[in-house]
Amino acid sequence: MTAACPACGGAAFAPVRPAAARAASEARTLILSLPEIHCAGCIAGAERALSDVPGVISARVNLTLKRATVRVADAVAAETLTEALARAGHRALEFDAATLAGAGDDETGRALLLAIGVSGFAMMNVMLLSVSVWSGAEAATRDFLHWISAAIALPVIAFAARPFLYSAWGALRSMRLNMDVPISLAILLAAAMSLFETWAGGRHAYFDAALSLTFFLLVGRYLDHRARAAARSAARELAALEAPKAIRFGPAGRETVAVADLRVGDLIHLAPGMRAPVDGVIAEGRSDMDRAHLTGEAVPVPAGPGAPVSAGEMNLTGPLTLHATAVGEETSLRRMTELVAAAERGRGTYQTLADRAARIYAPGVHLLSFAAFLFWAWQSGDLRFALNVAVAVLIITCPCALGLAAPAVATAAAGRLFRRGVLLKSGDALERLAEVDVAVFDKTGTLTTGRPRLATEATPEALAAAAGLAAGSAHPYARALAEAAEAAGIAPVPVSGLVERPGAGMEGEIGGQAARLGSAAFTGAPDDGGAAIWLRLGEAPPVRFGFADEFRPGAAALVAALKARGIGTMLLSGDGAEAVEAARAALGIDHAEARVSPAEKLERLNALAAAGRKALMVGDGLNDSGALAAAHVSAAPGSGLDAARVAADMVLLNADLSALAGAMETARSARRRILENFGLAAAYNLVAVPIALAGFCTPLIAALAMSLSSITVSLNALRLR
Amino acid sequence: MDILVFLIPVSLSLGALGLLAFLWTLRSGQFSDPEGDAARILLDDEDLEPQPPRPSTNRR
Repeated sequence: MTAACPACGGAAFAPVRPAAARAASEARTLILSLPEIHCAGCIAGAERALSDVPGVISARVNLTLKRATVRVADAVAAETLTEALARAGHRALEFDAATLAGAGDDETGRALLLAIGVSGFAMMNVMLLSVSVWSGAEAATRDFLHWISAAIALPVIAFAARPFLYSAWGALRSMRLNMDVPISLAILLAAAMSLFETWAGGRHAYFDAALSLTFFLLVGRYLDHRARAAARSAARELAALEAPKAIRFGPAGRETVAVADLRVGDLIHLAPGMRAPVDGVIAEGRSDMDRAHLTGEAVPVPAGPGAPVSAGEMNLTGPLTLHATAVGEETSLRRMTELVAAAERGRGTYQTLADRAARIYAPGVHLLSFAAFLFWAWQSGDLRFALNVAVAVLIITCPCALGLAAPAVATAAAGRLFRRGVLLKSGDALERLAEVDVAVFDKTGTLTTGRPRLATEATPEALAAAAGLAAGSAHPYARALAEAAEAAGIAPVPVSGLVERPGAGMEGEIGGQAARLGSAAFTGAPDDGGAAIWLRLGEAPPVRFGFADEFRPGAAALVAALKARGIGTMLLSGDGAEAVEAARAALGIDHAEARVSPAEKLERLNALAAAGRKALMVGDGLNDSGALAAAHVSAAPGSGLDAARVAADMVLLNADLSALAGAMETARSARRRILENFGLAAAYNLVAVPIALAGFCTPLIAALAMSLSSITVSLNALRLR
Repeated sequence: MDILVFLIPVSLSLGALGLLAFLWTLRSGQFSDPEGDAARILLDDEDLEPQPPRPSTNRR
């Protein structure tokens, strides 16, 4: 495992420098997310990098949660820590501690673990006592052993079985049957009947069965809870990554405020690289706006004073002052979230395999046991014996394996997916992923990186001049030019008097003649409407640089893998027809549509669902969020916008898309495994239930059947690949 | 069978000992980072502070 860690090499095993002791009075705790750490070398490297930062008191990496908890003196900013980690080769993100608060201490999980421990202890001891009964203890000795068992079992059941009893009571009060009703009935009846038999000096007591039922089912319940808690905390972590802040021009100059405190009429500073927090009109400044997340257009749009800006647009080149026209609920961003809410209401609730199994199983078990009671009461006239048979049937059929089958597989699968960088946000996403028969993609930011790449050939001289001009700009095209020059080994030409004209381009002097790099209008070139900028040196004719969106790694592999499995592919993009068709052809996608609005995307997904197709939607932008919520199952890349990650069922933490193909494979084998487990549980029942119905069941048979089926099911779950 | 009078309390108390040990591991947060614990044994330097830092305590 260590050898496979690219970030650390072998050199990271140097000792961690003990952090200097400092006054911890005004210390605070920062939590960082380290999504890429995965080995001992990473732990040592990250902890050392953190401890070397002045002001850090202690740092501890949690590899399971992929987080670092850092105690720092008050003056240390989180950026200092993330930068130090980046220098050490670890990508780090800051968590908003307030959003995460309460996520760390998992009360329910601990209570369940405690109940598992207590019931496990009681089960072992009562089982030992039962062994002596089974091996032939008689009369007074047997009664004595039964009484001790009762003394251990009854308080433990009262304590440990509460989760089932409460849930069953809640279901019965609202006139429903759930899986916990037969469970509770079996446990309570078994305990009550065993107590009566003990008191009456009978031969069979089922205390061990009641306890092992409680124990195995608690294990299933705990696994289920862990999977849900992991999904919940994943969603919370994603929210904690975005701390919504804005810079406002207040009476006392610039102030940083929470986005929720902004009001209509506020003047907001929007530096290059920031996202607009509200809808507004540009009051001052020129720039280019990246609308890819809102509309899917890959080409940035120039904007100047008076131009409207929607919340969620990214400012690229020049600083802007924004006059807020709509905040909070009224922003276009929020209206988009309403689309998501509407789509979610329409989707309805998904019935998991375990739910469906329980719906058939629970009434069946009750009827069977009741019928056995009636039959034996009529046949033998002995109510005590009839009750014995009924309880034995309840214990044997108790859905131990059923309660363990699905959570055990889901836990194993979720662990595997997390290691591959796929984060499951909802518990049943895995089952839904296994049913997918058509995949719908967004283009910009999903199949492509959203980062343009130079697509046209250029002479080295032109490229050198363009790279020289581009050096001063943060515009994506400028950065792509600089990267292309660097990749070709061309040194940028020095430019004097370089200035950026936001919304237009770059201007400067090269070798005494005026040089411009920018839009067609800025350089006097004919505007062809394509994704291109122009270079003009002195009076020479302008040179065109065309750009294409770069595909995300694994995009082609994912589409190929989907086709190999016979899953249809579809591309829905808000971008222009030319760019969409080029992407469709390059990746071999079956069907593509361009200029699709967010509402139309949602409509297409609803149409697919109405036609009985199970669609997987993959998208990253706000314009996809409605479709993400409406799809049968959905995924968003981790680089996507918060809204998209919230709406999606899964988040891809790595840049590589092909992880999704692996996830689908895992989902399918998990589904197969769950069904197998149901089959195994049913096979055990087929053997044991007739024995119980015939009245031959002893506590020994009950204990054997129950333990063996639970263990088989768990082992089968662990086989998951 | 008189021996049962001793043996049963002995076996019960041994079991209870195990239960108490489990409760201690649960309380001291030893299940909070199983993967990290597995990886840390590969590190040469001793783990001086094997428990995650907690905001309320001040151990150094």
